[in-house]
Amino acid sequence: MPQRTVTVASKVGLHARPAAVFVKKAGEQPVPVTLAKDGGKPVNAKSMLAVMSLDVRGGERVTLAAADGEGAAAAVDELADLLETDLDG
Amino acid sequence: MAEGSASSTTYEGVGVGTSAVAGPVALMGQAPPEPPDIQATASPGDERAKAFAALASVAADLRARGSAAGGTTEDVLEAQAMIAEDPELADGVRARTDAGKTAARAIHETFAEFHDTFSGLGDYLAARVADLDDIAARAVAAASGVPMPGLPRRSEPYVLVAADLAPADTALLDRHLVLALVTAEGGPTSHTAILARAMGIPAVVGAAGVRALADGTTVLVDPSIGIVTAHPSTEAMEAAVARSCAAAAADTLTGPGLTSDGTAVKLLANIGGADDVPAALAAGAEGVGLFRTEFLYLGCDEAPAFEAQVKVYKEVFDAFPQGSRVVVRTLDAGADKPLPFVPLGEEPNPALGVRGLRAFRAFGGRNEAVLRTQLLAIHEAAGTSAPEVWVMAPMVNEATEAEWFCDLAAACDLDVAGGRVGIMVETPASALTAGAILAGRTGFASIGTNDLTQYTMAADRMLGAVGALQDPWHPAVLKLIGAAGSAGQAAGKPVGVCGEAAADPLLACVLVGLGVRSLSMAPSAIAEVRAALAARTVEECGAMAARATGAATARDARKAALRT
Repeated sequence: MPQRTVTVASKVGLHARPAAVFVKKAGEQPVPVTLAKDGGKPVNAKSMLAVMSLDVRGGERVTLAAADGEGAAAAVDELADLLETDLDG
Repeated sequence: MAEGSASSTTYEGVGVGTSAVAGPVALMGQAPPEPPDIQATASPGDERAKAFAALASVAADLRARGSAAGGTTEDVLEAQAMIAEDPELADGVRARTDAGKTAARAIHETFAEFHDTFSGLGDYLAARVADLDDIAARAVAAASGVPMPGLPRRSEPYVLVAADLAPADTALLDRHLVLALVTAEGGPTSHTAILARAMGIPAVVGAAGVRALADGTTVLVDPSIGIVTAHPSTEAMEAAVARSCAAAAADTLTGPGLTSDGTAVKLLANIGGADDVPAALAAGAEGVGLFRTEFLYLGCDEAPAFEAQVKVYKEVFDAFPQGSRVVVRTLDAGADKPLPFVPLGEEPNPALGVRGLRAFRAFGGRNEAVLRTQLLAIHEAAGTSAPEVWVMAPMVNEATEAEWFCDLAAACDLDVAGGRVGIMVETPASALTAGAILAGRTGFASIGTNDLTQYTMAADRMLGAVGALQDPWHPAVLKLIGAAGSAGQAAGKPVGVCGEAAADPLLACVLVGLGVRSLSMAPSAIAEVRAALAARTVEECGAMAARATGAATARDARKAALRT
C-alpha cells in the first residue's frame, strides 16, 4: 500500500479552496485514497466533509495512503505534490 | 381570500403604493420543518434514489449560482456543492434509507451528525456549520418537494411572494429585480409594508392564500386596490395601468385640497421640527396639522428654557406664509419616555397611564409649570408670525379636561375665544363625548387615529403580535371618527385627522365622508391624497363612508369603500 507523509503548504490548511481542489483531485483517482493527520485515524480523501473535519492547518504533517491497485502509487504522488503546493493563490 | 375562476384567481390584502405591476411569481422559501422520524412507505431503494436526486439537485443549483456569480463566490459555492455530493454523506444517507427512514429524514439525520462534529472542532469549522445547515435545509426541502428556503434566485425581475419577510431577508433584496412584494401575513404596519414604502416597491400585504401560487405564475399586483390577480386578463391589466397613470398624474396636481365639487379639505403636514419644514412646503402643505414638540424635551435633564423654546417655535412658524395654519401639540409626556422634570412614576402599562395632558393635571398639578412655560413660549413665538398658530393638548378624555386646558391656555394669553385652542381625540371616550367637549370653549378637535385605533381595538401599538388589529379601517374606529366629525359639524367647529389614516388616499376620502375637513400627514403622502379627493364629490365620500362603517371588519370596510 503506497503512502507518503508531506507538509501542507497552503496557509489556510485544508479548508476552503485548497480543500476543494484536493478533494476534487482525490475523487479522480482510480483507487480509494485516505488522508490522516500524524498518528490520527485515516479518513476518506474523496470526502469534502471528512477532509474538512480533520481540521488540517498549514504547516501540519499529513499522511496519504492509497489502496493497492493499478495507479495507486501515481495517485499518492500526484496528491502529495498537490499538498506540497500552496493552493491558496 | 382567493376568489374567482381557475383562470384568474384574485387575492386581497392591503396595498402599499400606487403603481400596478405585473410579473412572474417567485416564492420565498421557508426553512423546511424537521422531517418526522417515521417509517418510509416507499421502498428503501426508492427513498435512497429520492435522497440522492435531492442532493444532486442542490449541488447543481449551487454550481449554477456559482457560475452566475463568478470569482471567489464561485469557489465557495463549488465547495458547498461538493459537500452536497460528498461520498461520506451519501454513505450515511444510504445506511439510513436502508434502515427504512424517509429520504428527507435520512438527509436530516446525516447532516445533523456532521453538524455536531463540526461544532466541536474549533472556530473555523464552527463557522462553517451555518453553511452546512443551509445545504441541509435545501436538500431536505428538495426531498420533501417544498420550495427552497431563502430568497429566490432569479436573474429576471420577479414578484416576491412570501408568508412575511424578516429584516434579514429584506436586507438582501435587489431593488432592480423585485417588481413587487406580496405577503400572506402582516398588516399595514408590518416590516414588509414599511420596507416597501421606504424602497418605493409596490406591495400587497396580508393577502391570505397567495403562497399557493406556483413559481412563475404571472400576477398583476395592484396596490391601489390591494388586489393580486393571477393570470390577469388584458382588461384587468389595462384597468390597472389606467389607475397607475391617475396616480402618476397626482403629482402634477397642485394647490389646496378640494373635492371635485369644491369642498375645501385642508392638506397639512405632520412635522417634528424645523428640519421637516422644507419637505412639507415642497409637497404644497397648507400648513402643519401636527407639530410634535417632544424632541425639545427628550434627552434633557431639565425642562427647556422659555427663550430656547420661543426660538425653535418661531423658526417653524416663520417658514409658513400668511393664511396658513400651524397646529402645535403640547408635550405628550408618558411613563414610556420618562423625563426627569415631569416625574410620573413607574407604571405597568404606560399607554393606559398618566400621559399627555394627564401628566400635568395629576399629582396635584406638580408638573403644571412645564406646560405653562410651553404655552407661554408658543404665544410669544406666535406673536409676530404670519401663520395662524393653533395649540392642542394630547390625551384628553372629556370636557372637564378640555376646559382645564382652555383655562390654562387663556391664562397664557392664547386665543381661546378665537377658536385656536383645541384637543386631540385619541380615545373612544373623547370621540363619543366630542359634542360636549366642543360645546364648551374648545375651538377644534384633531383625531389621532393611531392611538384611537389602539384604544378602540385594545391592541398595543408597540406589540407586533397584535399589529394586524392596528388598522384604522376598522368600522369601530370609523364610527368613532364619524361621531367626532358629526359633533364638529353640529358645533360649527373644525375636526381634522392627524395620523396614519390621513395618509391613505382611499381612507382619506372616507374620513371626509365622516365629516373631517382637514387631513394632516407625512408630506410624501399629500400628492396622492390631493388627487384622491379631487376625483370625488363630498357626496361620494359620504357614500363610501356609509358603506365602510356598515362593514364587519377592517378588510370588509376597505372593500366596501371601493365598491361602486
